[in-house]
Amino acid sequence: MLKNLCQKMFGRSLWVYHANSGGCNGCDIEVLNVLTPYYDVERFGIKLVGSPRHADVMLCQGPAMRSTAQALQRAYQAMPAPKLVFAIGSCACGGGIWFDSYPVIGPVEKIIPVNYYIPGCPPRPEAIIYGVAVALGLIEKKVAPVELKQPMFPIPRYHPEELRGGGDLPVYEKLEKV
Amino acid sequence: MSVRSKLEEAVICLKAGRVTLPYPAQPRPVPENFRGRPIFDAAKCIGCAGCANNCTARAVLVSDVCQEIRILKYVGSRCTYCGRCAEVCPEKAITMSHEFEIATGSALDLDQRLEIFMSTCQRCGRCFVEPSPLEQLKMKGYRFDDLQNDRWIFRSRAFLENDTVVDDIAIELD
Repeated sequence: MLKNLCQKMFGRSLWVYHANSGGCNGCDIEVLNVLTPYYDVERFGIKLVGSPRHADVMLCQGPAMRSTAQALQRAYQAMPAPKLVFAIGSCACGGGIWFDSYPVIGPVEKIIPVNYYIPGCPPRPEAIIYGVAVALGLIEKKVAPVELKQPMFPIPRYHPEELRGGGDLPVYEKLEKV
Repeated sequence: MSVRSKLEEAVICLKAGRVTLPYPAQPRPVPENFRGRPIFDAAKCIGCAGCANNCTARAVLVSDVCQEIRILKYVGSRCTYCGRCAEVCPEKAITMSHEFEIATGSALDLDQRLEIFMSTCQRCGRCFVEPSPLEQLKMKGYRFDDLQNDRWIFRSRAFLENDTVVDDIAIELD
């Protein structure tokens, strides 16, 4: 549903607003790199705007900090209604290295609802373009949760009273059943 | 003056040519030493939790759910891709892949979960990490399971009958 809405509402262009709430500036540089002629996202209609009131998308960098959480929330509320939030970088997605320290509240999603996550420390400019393409519904996402299991050997529990015979190699009676 | 400067600017722009990379149309190769998403290999992992101890973002969580199973959970959302886990892994079970197109709508998509089967000590009944070949040489007198053949080995004959102490380990003779 969200995807259909995105395709309908953002058919022409996305205007992005660039909010740093306490990051290390690494992700900011990558986002600005996306806007340079090398990656030239203006051909897709993506444009950087200076005010959240003009923006469709907020690009969040850095974790939600105690000092900036309220400002971030106000910037989010100032955006007009069909709005998306992209969390860019490890700090915005999950809190980063200092996710549990005092000044850091945690990931950005604790303060404002996040729609898309672009992990990386910092993400490559290509990864940011890819994230925007996923949000627009141009490409399907590639990742899925992975669950792996080791092949398990059946180990019989050791009960000494079930041993039969003596000598060098006693026979364990319930060996076949386990 | 201004017209001339504009012309000079135009000449500079024409000299540069087209610099825009054809990224979305063509895939862009990453550098050789690029560290993308870590891939965990459950078949190689021995459950030593070295990755969890060395993770800067504490993105690898280890928990023992029962006697024989250890769960290793990788929380991908706060991983900084520093590659320390791959560096310390003694079995090289973690590889830093070149995957960077991992943007997603749900943070849970980045998680990886490993169920590792641990051996059980026949004395104390708790899990233990499989000892290295050097440690196995030292552990005279301890019992090991013959897992491949589903067989029990009840006593090691690696020590002398009369000698009750090997190095500084006291052997319980029954």
